[in-house]
Amino acid sequence: MTSFAVRAEGLSKLYKLGRKRETQVALRGRVRGALRNALGRGAPQPSLWALKDVFFEVQEGEVLGIIGRNGAGKSTLLKILSRLSEPTRGRAVVNGRLGSLLEVGTGFHGELTGRENVYLNGAILGMRRGEIDRKFDQIVDFAGVEAFLDTAVKYYSSGMYVRLAFAVAAHLEPDILVVDEVLAVGDIAFQRKCLGKIGEVASEGRTVLFVSHSMPTIKSLCSRVLLIDGGRLVQDSDANSAVAAYLRTDDVPRGESIVRAGESLLGTGEARLRSAAVLDSAGKVADQLHFTELFRVKMLVETTVTIPETVVEVGISTLEGQRIATMMNTDRGGHVFELAPGLQEIVLEVDVTLLPRDYVLDIGVHHYSGATVDMVEKVTRFTVLNIAGEGGDHYRPYEVRGYVRPNTRWFDPKPSGAALPPMSKTTRKP
Amino acid sequence: MSSRATVGASRRVVVIQPSRGALAFNFGELWEYRELLIFLAWREVRVRYKQSALGIAWVLIQPLAAMVIFSVVFGRFAHLPSEGLPYPLFVLTGLLPWQLFGSSLTRTAGSLVANANLLTKVYFPRLIIPLAAALAGLVDFAISLILLVGALIYFGVRPGWQVLALPFFALLALLAAISVGLWLSALNVRYRDVQVALPFLVQIWLFASPVTYSVSLVPSGISRLIYNLNPMASVIQGFRWTLTGGPAPGIQLLGATALLFAILIGGLIYFRTAEKTFADVV
Repeated sequence: MTSFAVRAEGLSKLYKLGRKRETQVALRGRVRGALRNALGRGAPQPSLWALKDVFFEVQEGEVLGIIGRNGAGKSTLLKILSRLSEPTRGRAVVNGRLGSLLEVGTGFHGELTGRENVYLNGAILGMRRGEIDRKFDQIVDFAGVEAFLDTAVKYYSSGMYVRLAFAVAAHLEPDILVVDEVLAVGDIAFQRKCLGKIGEVASEGRTVLFVSHSMPTIKSLCSRVLLIDGGRLVQDSDANSAVAAYLRTDDVPRGESIVRAGESLLGTGEARLRSAAVLDSAGKVADQLHFTELFRVKMLVETTVTIPETVVEVGISTLEGQRIATMMNTDRGGHVFELAPGLQEIVLEVDVTLLPRDYVLDIGVHHYSGATVDMVEKVTRFTVLNIAGEGGDHYRPYEVRGYVRPNTRWFDPKPSGAALPPMSKTTRKP
Repeated sequence: MSSRATVGASRRVVVIQPSRGALAFNFGELWEYRELLIFLAWREVRVRYKQSALGIAWVLIQPLAAMVIFSVVFGRFAHLPSEGLPYPLFVLTGLLPWQLFGSSLTRTAGSLVANANLLTKVYFPRLIIPLAAALAGLVDFAISLILLVGALIYFGVRPGWQVLALPFFALLALLAAISVGLWLSALNVRYRDVQVALPFLVQIWLFASPVTYSVSLVPSGISRLIYNLNPMASVIQGFRWTLTGGPAPGIQLLGATALLFAILIGGLIYFRTAEKTFADVV
């Protein structure tokens, strides 16, 4: 018996660009294109190697991380390994059952009951009826939907729906588990559940292929990491050096950044972030802020339909992807936004004392109900300097430790037991 | 996708590589996924009439309504000959195999696009989807046989021994739907024109088949020969013959069956070539 789980031997995938548009105008365009080609007038069809000559071998029980920028070829690689898309060249050998956590809820039908959907979804994911019978109670237990088993899932709350769908996928017990975190659109609790499952699977000695943009997660879960850039495997090493190499290649725009159409594919898409900028206290676009400087984040969002109850999320993260703070318009009892169709400008003023280092902004637009409309990570990058603006207090410590400096009030040393002044009245809302 | 799968003691090894040869069908794998086929067909049937007040009764209402309308228009007004049978019974014995074919074809042709989310998320033999859609049509057909039994009793027609051949003709109608459906479902992934043209195609095909009229109306000779190129002509004649006697299907049945198999094999080859890009294009 072989001991590898996956072996890729020169995997390559060529995409012909423009094919998608051709299908949209259907036959007419196809006929016209063929005519033009026959007359020798058409430009050659542009094509793109989404994946080029990728070789690697994953041993059984290994937790392999796959990192790279958007469009680097990570998802193409997973698609080929999941047999959804055929390689143009090269081959891969997959030893064992491959299951993926990006298939959550595939084939669920709203009109069918929970029980019926468990069987249907299980069969779609490759389980035999006997296997589903055996695991049925565990699945229902995990999802916590016993009482609603014979109710059509269209009457389920979205939380129940996702829990049930996840429960089926989580009980597939594949030999090789594939997780594409980028595609796992769900709430934080759900994502945490996914991560928990990965850890569990790994500890059972099964193989995991894990695609993620979160470098801390990659570092904590993976023993080995592949770095892919421009369709090529550029590094195959331990997690720390691959992550370091990734951060060097990662060119997040600074100051103001334009989000290209099609760059963001997450979420339901009724609204798309078009640009984001950091404004300094003078209101100018900036990629450097003085220490303790008040700043604003200006976002342009293009909306196709009115979204009555919108929650905008702005996250501050380190370059490694560690989230430092999350700010939403609904914080402190704030109200939801109504986004009218067209280009809308949203501005947020932030008063936080960030310690001097580089940060990136992640921006998300969500429905109040929880569904994500659009989410772009690492939209723009800015640096907090260790010098303060005019007349301000510079950052003194020699070493930067931590990420933020809270507002504090120090009391002079006194003999123990002396009475303290009363607690300050907080002006913060819950 | 060309993938060889061998089932070991507990493990299967899958080789993923560019496929070569359009004839490399993997029927063993199809058999492995038979449970999924049944589940998907069952889903089609379950979901189809959910949240409709009349529910499964629609399976009976549709042919019944068509029978009444055709009887009035073609039987009463146009006085079309009906091979000595009461016209309503004549038209019903044509309608049932026709609906098996027509509804299975319609479902099959749209099946891949309707299940796009499955195509882009999970691997399984793609043939399962059109096959499941066609099987669901068979369930409707089985239910509508109730109508047929009722009509036979009402008109006092007692089928002879040849009724034993009825399943054969029903399967032939289903085979015709699958053969044509394989082509159309795969074409539809790339060209949605199929979806638009399909109702029209089915409508024309109905009148090119001996549902409302007898084949005896078609002039013999070269026109009859061309007419018989339509495999459904033989299938419907044969189906009617198993129930009511009348003219037995002749040599053209062999031709029709051969033609159907040719369309089927061509469809399988086309489907195999097209399925490589389903997930990228759909």
